[in-house]
Amino acid sequence: MKLRSWFLLPARVWMALFFAAPLAIIGAYSFLTRGDYGGVEYPWTIESYARLADPLYLAILWRSLWIAGLSTAICVAMGFPLALFISRAGKRKNLYLQLVLLPFWTSFLVRTYAWLFILRDTGLINTILSALHIIKSPLPLLYNDGAVLLGLVYSFLPFFVLPMYATLERLDPALAEAAADLGAPPWRTLWRVVIPVSKPGIIAGAVLVFIPCLGAYLTPDLLGGGKSVMLGNLVQNQFTTARDWPFGSAASLVLMLASAILLVLLTTRRETKGLL
Amino acid sequence: MKKRALGIYAALALVFLHLPLAVLVVFSFNQGRFTVWEGLSLHWYSAALSDPQLAEGLLNSVIIAIVASVLATVIGTMAAYGMWKRSARVLEGGMLLSLVTPEIVTGVSLLALFQWAFRFLHLHLGMYTVIIAHVAFSIAYVMIVVSARLRGLDRSLEEAAMDLGAGPWRAFFRVTLPGILPAVIAAALLALVVSFDDYVITSLVAGVDSETLPMVIYAMARRGVSPIVNAVSALILVLFGALIVLAERLREQ
Repeated sequence: MKLRSWFLLPARVWMALFFAAPLAIIGAYSFLTRGDYGGVEYPWTIESYARLADPLYLAILWRSLWIAGLSTAICVAMGFPLALFISRAGKRKNLYLQLVLLPFWTSFLVRTYAWLFILRDTGLINTILSALHIIKSPLPLLYNDGAVLLGLVYSFLPFFVLPMYATLERLDPALAEAAADLGAPPWRTLWRVVIPVSKPGIIAGAVLVFIPCLGAYLTPDLLGGGKSVMLGNLVQNQFTTARDWPFGSAASLVLMLASAILLVLLTTRRETKGLL
Repeated sequence: MKKRALGIYAALALVFLHLPLAVLVVFSFNQGRFTVWEGLSLHWYSAALSDPQLAEGLLNSVIIAIVASVLATVIGTMAAYGMWKRSARVLEGGMLLSLVTPEIVTGVSLLALFQWAFRFLHLHLGMYTVIIAHVAFSIAYVMIVVSARLRGLDRSLEEAAMDLGAGPWRAFFRVTLPGILPAVIAAALLALVVSFDDYVITSLVAGVDSETLPMVIYAMARRGVSPIVNAVSALILVLFGALIVLAERLREQ
């Protein structure tokens, strides 16, 4: 065997055994029948997939898409001007970029817990508002869709800012200057020139936010409480409390497939190919 | 005018990103239990440091993170080098896919694999299953960081070494590896952080005797808020911050 093959071997073995094989197993499980005490039994069936079409589960699917979509839209709206600012910041570019990235690299759990601490009934916001006598009883800020959205946007905003910045950075400044020279006001230059030519960056960033939002588990669990169930929570529930592995496997595969399709689109489409 | 508006917005956005963490840290020094400032105190830090559950979780997390990041760094670096020689499409695609696979899916699929294997092997979930899982999701991070560095490396260096009589192994260890070492160490630090931080996958594949620090924190956070969690969070923020800044420095070298 050649040197190169030896170097690739450990990664190939590890990824085959502990990434591909587990997926193959849940792929098989999703077509089996639920066992009486958890686990799986024969016969083969497509019942788990049929159950996903049940209105109860369609609602969860719809809700996950909706929350992930809205979080992505907010990240785009918030992240674009931030990336634009950083790309025009001259010498301080790197400093600002580090400031965006630092909270992103700190613990995900801690970042989510911070919002729990701020939003709960005896949290920072409610304490301040009641101390100022603005409210009498605490506002229900936690355990709802709004809290989940906030948590997701907070966690994944840097996922959008980074590729967006990379795109804007590479933009030829002469384009915007030409538009300005021809008499376009700044907002018009932005709308008709900068945004259209940076569309690949917007799409890449949006997909990078949408994928983890769609599969989110920790954020809806901690900030949404039991009320805001998304696909990730459904999967976790089927593998733990509900002990319906075939159904949990089917839901996992749907989630996995959605993420994989988005990844393939992003890495093969001409416009966004080189951005990852 | 327009430029100033953008600047103000950017400042607000950066405040949004940092304020929650700052608030968390500030209140970790609060004397009282509630979110009302009652004076400076290190009480919650000493409570955190003397909590036996946290101590056990920390020990488990440290062992897991060190073992997993060393393994992932070796495997990921080797893979990056192999791909640098000639691309390995399937492996690379698989690694990218592992990065976008929702954590919960990775977690339940590994759980399914382990439970299936336990039917033939008389084993049960423990620290080693957590380590296996962490290595599996860290390899891709390491590969990406090291590959980026290799792309900037001059291929003729290795050829020159081989022309001078070094074998391919010797050329790798004496020429290429020293050239990418900063990136390898940076990748190891990143792997350490990702492993130390993981909750979702870990909670699914950990055994009763291998609760990690994030699992203990999570349980505490769900039970209600204790300022002890703030203190632990602040310590984690400082630790992670230091590791990441160090990794960035190394990567830029």
